[in-house]
Amino acid sequence: MLFLLFGGSALVTGITMVLFPNPVRSALFLVLNLFCVAVLYLLLNAYFLATVQVIVYAGAIMVLFLFVIMLLNLGTPDRSLDKLRWQQPAAVGIAVVLAALFGAVIYQSVPAGPPASAMMVEAPTLYAPRAEPNPMLTNQISDPNQLRAITPDTMGTVTGIGQSLYNPGEAWLFPFEATSILLLIAVIGSVVLAKRRLPGEDASAAGEREGGTG
Amino acid sequence: MNDLWQQLFILPTDQIPWWAEVFRSVIRLVIALAGGLGSVPILVWLERRLLGWFQGRLGPNRVGPFGLLQPLADALKLMMKEDIIPTNVDRTIYVMAPAIALFPVILSLTVLPWNGSREWGAVAPNIDIGILFLLAVGSIEVYGAILAGWSSNNKYSLLGGLRASSQVISYELGMGLSIVSVLLIAGTLGTQSLVMGYDLSQTGVLAPGTLLGNGQAIVSVASVGDTGYTVYEHAASSGFWDWHFLRLFPFGLIATGIYMISMIAETNRAPFDLPEAETELVAGFHTEYSSFKFAMFFMGEYANMLIVSAICVTLFFGGWLAPFGFLSQLPAVTGLYVAPGVVNFVNSFVIAPFWLFTKLYVLIGLFIAVRASFPRLRYDMLMKFGWKGMLPVALGNLVLIATSLAVQQVTFPSLGYYGAWWAGQGVAWGITLVVVGILFYGKYVQYQAKKRVARTTDLIAPIRRPTVIVPTPSAPAPEA
Repeated sequence: MLFLLFGGSALVTGITMVLFPNPVRSALFLVLNLFCVAVLYLLLNAYFLATVQVIVYAGAIMVLFLFVIMLLNLGTPDRSLDKLRWQQPAAVGIAVVLAALFGAVIYQSVPAGPPASAMMVEAPTLYAPRAEPNPMLTNQISDPNQLRAITPDTMGTVTGIGQSLYNPGEAWLFPFEATSILLLIAVIGSVVLAKRRLPGEDASAAGEREGGTG
Repeated sequence: MNDLWQQLFILPTDQIPWWAEVFRSVIRLVIALAGGLGSVPILVWLERRLLGWFQGRLGPNRVGPFGLLQPLADALKLMMKEDIIPTNVDRTIYVMAPAIALFPVILSLTVLPWNGSREWGAVAPNIDIGILFLLAVGSIEVYGAILAGWSSNNKYSLLGGLRASSQVISYELGMGLSIVSVLLIAGTLGTQSLVMGYDLSQTGVLAPGTLLGNGQAIVSVASVGDTGYTVYEHAASSGFWDWHFLRLFPFGLIATGIYMISMIAETNRAPFDLPEAETELVAGFHTEYSSFKFAMFFMGEYANMLIVSAICVTLFFGGWLAPFGFLSQLPAVTGLYVAPGVVNFVNSFVIAPFWLFTKLYVLIGLFIAVRASFPRLRYDMLMKFGWKGMLPVALGNLVLIATSLAVQQVTFPSLGYYGAWWAGQGVAWGITLVVVGILFYGKYVQYQAKKRVARTTDLIAPIRRPTVIVPTPSAPAPEA
């Protein structure tokens, strides 16, 4: 019920975000969309992910987006001046291909056997192994080392995520730290780019410094 | 009848039908809203009276005794006014903005605990991500101001909105870091477990006499009189010295200070009330709003004040706990003379909220005193203070707390509780002294160099100017 409600509104807000010509409206619909996705995470018991989604995306990134849009004072663009004429048909074509890919993946991952309506009646068949098991799924479940920290009790909670991210025995510690260093590099880069020249420096010295760091 | 009573009020959550759960949720929400929004008129009255007192005038004193009915009269006046929607505004967003400003404030009411009861302690008592939820809600509070400012189609409003949002974003960082340091100390994210020091949702029935605690209180399990009815008691050996603002001294205190400064900035109040600076921006982002829409912004501001103070009390000042353990509840002997239910009721619904509101109003009095005492900051000073003052201090404080806790964890098995505390704190104090020393030495060297330069330049020329050779067009330079 709730899934249908919020999944549906996520779809609707996503589509309206693309269709609205006014950039502020589009950004606001994106915020709504992010909220709907956060609620979907909540329905999956991923409380941590849901709150982080709201903090990071809705609370920080989208505010910055809105800031930029408002500072540039973007109005509704004139359609006749659109230089990317081929963009819309291309987008439609790519969307169709993507939908086909998703459809194929979903079709493959649905277990063969009784159709969905029958499965609702006979619940055990939902979890029964099918004739040709998906190798990826069975691997993950049969190898306990990979899922050591993530048990059904801790999955999605702060404890579970913390244990799988910061536990040196898990594979995620190195990528996590690498990502943080990447972000630090981005911050330093933006500071260097935005730095104003000091009044005492002449242009050539500043140019040398920029050349040296860049 | 008794059955219904049991289902609606007494039995634990897992033993009641869904409609009783819904009923309980509604009741809890009503309590929270009455406490939160009902305090707004009192706050308005208090602020005006106190400001009057600070400024040597009377303040509102005509409507009702001591002017107590003044907020009511104000609200009536606001509702009677014409609700104007200017012609060139973005209608939808203009109408939505006041609601967007008010709704996160009401949302954050849901996780603030007002007593220690497992079922009735807060609107959502058993949520284990309370603090994260508060941060999430706090991060969407910006939208009200930014949307109101933009949709009004007015330069002053837009500037006010932009100022409000950039200020809130900047100060949220220091605030978040000080909150994180409390989370490190307490080791939990739930608001109720932050106050009491143990997780209500995971504790089963414990034997009387058990002592629990890692948060702001040491809690003992006691039985009421001879009844065998167990309650959690704030132990008499515990008190305000266990609250987070005195933990890991002085780092807890620094975190508290940072939180309190950023909470004033977060609510856009003096001396950080740049978004509503009357002399520059008329009234900031709500310049174009009138009547009830303006009242909603007004209500949102005061409710927000209450909420950030409540978060501060919950995090640093022991929430609903009394400053001395034995003041938190009726003594257990009382259970011999009255029913345990009555003892529990008095403890949870009279004593606990009394202490919570006492602390809240002391904090709000501080808010108002700050407003009366300090002049408004200039905008660049505000940003500099946020980014170059608060943020580095908060970050360093967090690192020091983490260091201290890590050393304590390592040395705990060999040194015991107090030995580990001194070891961890010693390391952290040492680092602090070294860093502060280096900073002061650097400043001293800089100061000496400046003095030397000043002395030499005084002899040569009163003002040192870069020498610029300007070729005069009328008289071309002679060829060499």
